Amino acid sequence: MKFIYKEDCQVIVVGAGHAGCEAALACARLGIKTVMFTVSIDSIALMPCNPNIGGTSKGHLVREIDALGGEMGKNIDRTFIQSKMLNISKGPAVHSLRAQADKSEYSRSMRRVLENTDNLSIVQAEVTEILSENGQVLGVRTYSGAVYFAKAVILCTGTYLKARCIYGEVSNATGPNGLQAANYLTDSLKALGIEMLRFKTGTPARIDKRSVDFSKMEEQKGDERIEPFSFTTDSEEIQKEQVSCWLTYTNEKTHDIIRNNLDRSPLYSGMIEGTGPRYCPSIEDKVVKFADKDRHQVFIEPEGLYTNEMYVGGMSSSLPEDVQHKMYSSVAGLENVRIVRNAYAIEYDCIDPRQLYPTLEFRNISGLFSGGQFNGSSGYEEAAAQGLLAGINAARKILGKEQIVLDRSQAYIGVLIDDLVTKENKEPYRMMTSRAEYRLLLRQDNADIRLTKIGYDVGLISEERYQFLLEKERQIQEEIHRIKHVNIGTGEKVQELLKAADSTPLTSGSTLGELIRRPELNYDLLAPLDPNRPVLLKGVAEQVNINVKYEGYINRQKKQIEQFKKMEKKKIPENFSYKEVPSLRIEARQKLELYRPVSIGQASRISGVSPADISVLVVYLEQQRRKQHIERN
Amino acid sequence: MRYDTIVAVASAMSSAGIGIIRISGNDSFSILEHIFRFKDEKKRISDQPSYTIHYGNVYDGEELLDEVIVLLMRGPHSYTTEDTVEIDCHGGILVMRRILETVIREGARPADPGEFTKRAFLNGRIDLSQAEAVMDVIQAGNRMALESSLSQLKGAVANKIRFFRETILYETAFLESALDDPEHISLDGYSKRLSETLKSLAADMKVLIDSFENGRIIKEGIKTVILGKPNAGKSSLLNVLIGEDRAIVTEIAGTTRDILEEELYLGGISLKLLDTAGIRKTQDLVEQIGVGRAKEQAENADLILYVVDTSREMDEDDVEICKILENKKVIILLNKSDLKTVVTADAVGQRVGYQYPMISISAKEKEGMKLLEDQIRELFFQGAISFNHESVITNIRHKTSLEEARKSLLMVEDSIQNGMPEDFYTIDLMDAYNSLGYILGENLGEDLVQEIFSKFCTGK
Repeated sequence: MKFIYKEDCQVIVVGAGHAGCEAALACARLGIKTVMFTVSIDSIALMPCNPNIGGTSKGHLVREIDALGGEMGKNIDRTFIQSKMLNISKGPAVHSLRAQADKSEYSRSMRRVLENTDNLSIVQAEVTEILSENGQVLGVRTYSGAVYFAKAVILCTGTYLKARCIYGEVSNATGPNGLQAANYLTDSLKALGIEMLRFKTGTPARIDKRSVDFSKMEEQKGDERIEPFSFTTDSEEIQKEQVSCWLTYTNEKTHDIIRNNLDRSPLYSGMIEGTGPRYCPSIEDKVVKFADKDRHQVFIEPEGLYTNEMYVGGMSSSLPEDVQHKMYSSVAGLENVRIVRNAYAIEYDCIDPRQLYPTLEFRNISGLFSGGQFNGSSGYEEAAAQGLLAGINAARKILGKEQIVLDRSQAYIGVLIDDLVTKENKEPYRMMTSRAEYRLLLRQDNADIRLTKIGYDVGLISEERYQFLLEKERQIQEEIHRIKHVNIGTGEKVQELLKAADSTPLTSGSTLGELIRRPELNYDLLAPLDPNRPVLLKGVAEQVNINVKYEGYINRQKKQIEQFKKMEKKKIPENFSYKEVPSLRIEARQKLELYRPVSIGQASRISGVSPADISVLVVYLEQQRRKQHIERN
Repeated sequence: MRYDTIVAVASAMSSAGIGIIRISGNDSFSILEHIFRFKDEKKRISDQPSYTIHYGNVYDGEELLDEVIVLLMRGPHSYTTEDTVEIDCHGGILVMRRILETVIREGARPADPGEFTKRAFLNGRIDLSQAEAVMDVIQAGNRMALESSLSQLKGAVANKIRFFRETILYETAFLESALDDPEHISLDGYSKRLSETLKSLAADMKVLIDSFENGRIIKEGIKTVILGKPNAGKSSLLNVLIGEDRAIVTEIAGTTRDILEEELYLGGISLKLLDTAGIRKTQDLVEQIGVGRAKEQAENADLILYVVDTSREMDEDDVEICKILENKKVIILLNKSDLKTVVTADAVGQRVGYQYPMISISAKEKEGMKLLEDQIRELFFQGAISFNHESVITNIRHKTSLEEARKSLLMVEDSIQNGMPEDFYTIDLMDAYNSLGYILGENLGEDLVQEIFSKFCTGK
């Protein structure tokens, strides 16, 4: 007998990883009846690889998710065991927060949130088929044959599709951590005309803490003052005792062991066909590619407070088990190491994301959305960011509201999604600050100012939080204006303060604003010279300092953004035929047909499309527009 | 689209007649205000009505450049519908170039090919029936931009610019790797090293930029070598070009056994023209020396005119010549168009390659000389011919891009001196990289990410 789900279901989310969680929460919180499928309830928000959230550029993503009303930032604030602001000696654009998570707590805490969210049901079952009719998604069928109808489906299958875990000669048809793979959905997607890719990634071994000699390693402590991820978290409440990570190094002996066993690596023997990420190379890749380096860093990181398992950062591998034992135990401090879980490479099916609109909806199937590693990205944060946007857009589609697309000048999320749907991607895509051309404005410290208004309009940000933001913005503007007009004389107090800060004495008067621009000075440091400084909301002083200090650079970037926006605003009609544009070069025409950009701006970012081609396109579009104008009149 | 102010020479860039320089965009009038002085010093450009013509002088700072007439057209009543100025000067390549440069320094940008027409269209000035013509212009521009980009060259200039770009990309990738992976890669002491590298790059760029200004190429001439098999008509060509019987022309193959050298002023460019011995396998010792010298000269040529006798079949001597042509700037002259043709242009193309321009001439009947002149001029002003084997910039767009790149590097230097954090450097470094890419016709794309991954070991 066939089971048909009778309860109201508007959105189905396939997968309960970091993308699935954000997608399901966004929909449910927007009042949409949501059903979330997972092959195992115990694997909700699982962190099968590194035990941290954030890091360079990824920390930006988490802040942006939070500013839009997502859950990841709050969840890591609840469950972190060490926290560190990276790049603190560099400019504010590259400051990035990274926290070590208690993995099982992270998972449990997210599950608690999901289970207690209205409109959200969780079902443990494997989705095997996407149901659709005339290019419109209808629902899903599960392994047992049960049918669930819905108006939209969001695919967040992560690394589970036809997953295979490999080390040495061993190959298991399982998902990460030995979990059940999803072996049927790929065929259903292919039948719908969706083009699939096969990607590869890997993870290092987990080892027993009791077998590690920490005296041979350098201790890596967390920051003294912990900063939260979420703009809503009170930093006083999260100051706590932190757990350390440990730094050690590989050596020539390690490298010899690896080199001598390369022929047994599935990567080099051709057993692995998927494309692996260059930014996250296995230790055997590093040894081969960077042969001149006599050592590589290895970070030993705790996986949680209530486990002895530790993560061996920097040494992911797919070498055979016996080689892994030799290799890990050659590292200083790991001489007597006991491996709890082997390192392995994992291969899985994902899509070529160029089949998606920038809204993360499939071009050829209305109502079918996708996010996360299924879209060819890598990383928990990248996944969560896409999941959130896919969730918001699926919900808005059902509500008949305009789709939300963040552009490259608004958010790292915008850069991430634009890159995915525009550029050819041959490996799992990872966020990097260098991918964001306007990164000086896309800082982690101002994510709320950039995005919370959008989150509020969408309906994921509370009135209270929105009002706080408006007040914060007002104070920032006012305070910037004020300090530019506070005059500082050349009095004794001034010169003394400058001297103490190793700054040149003033020979004539100056304003506070001008002094802040000096690299050795800042807003807080100058407080003694500023008796009328008002009491300000949390985060205001930081914004004032950055905006005044880097004003010249910020203004330059704002000008670049104006240019960029002009191009983004020139839309290309959906069914535009490039064949009819007479002077396009063949390469450009083929690329444009394939990628079908939504705007001239997006077209200009496609490799193989030259500025001259863009010129031709602009002229042609204008020609068409006028023709239509004449016809209409 | 960019709606900044653009400038270009609207007449042919030649030494003859009147030259017209056209400026279009918001700043046209204010730029003119800076460089133009009325005879009557009280007059101001901004007070003059549209569609008026004025007489005065153009200055670069305090230096008088030329006596000119300017034509003012205020938008929207101009071809582009923008404020437009035309400067009619006395022509002459040096003068026109100096005016062009001055206008650019005052804030205009060299126009892309077909850009005036494109603006006219996008601003609604040209109606639909004319749109097809616009597309043609843009398309031609598309082709020309490709041809004039140095990526087509393997010359010394292109190599230098590639070197600048590679260096900048490497440094940027290193910086980005360190920013991306601060726990693996340290930037301690890096600023100082970068500063040294950039100083040296900026100095090299300065040399290249200055090469545009010194005009040596116009004084000393482009070394042009005439090459071909014996009796292909090389000496006849030389004689036609210089207009006197300097080289001995006979029916006997192998008459020219040494190098003949002539100065020639062709369409405003001076050429140092060298006639050579015909290239062939020979037992004659004197002739052998001549052939050897011809090869030597060709090796150091800025431009080779390869004369093919189309009334005779091609043979292994042509193969020998093809080897010399590799990586050179060449114009192929299909000579003896007055006689019966045995070798077609296609046959030559198949053997020599289609990358070289081909012109059909008859040295004897003095036909095709105008075409040759035009071709040489085009190559020169596109920057395709380099000079004396040195790196010389001849294209003003290339020069402007180099200047922009250098300016960006100096801004990085400023940032370093001012103690800015390292991530600020990459903004200007990438600007410099892009400006240089403009010369090579290459855009940024994924270069940086590729470089980071291929050169630096980052990641967990």
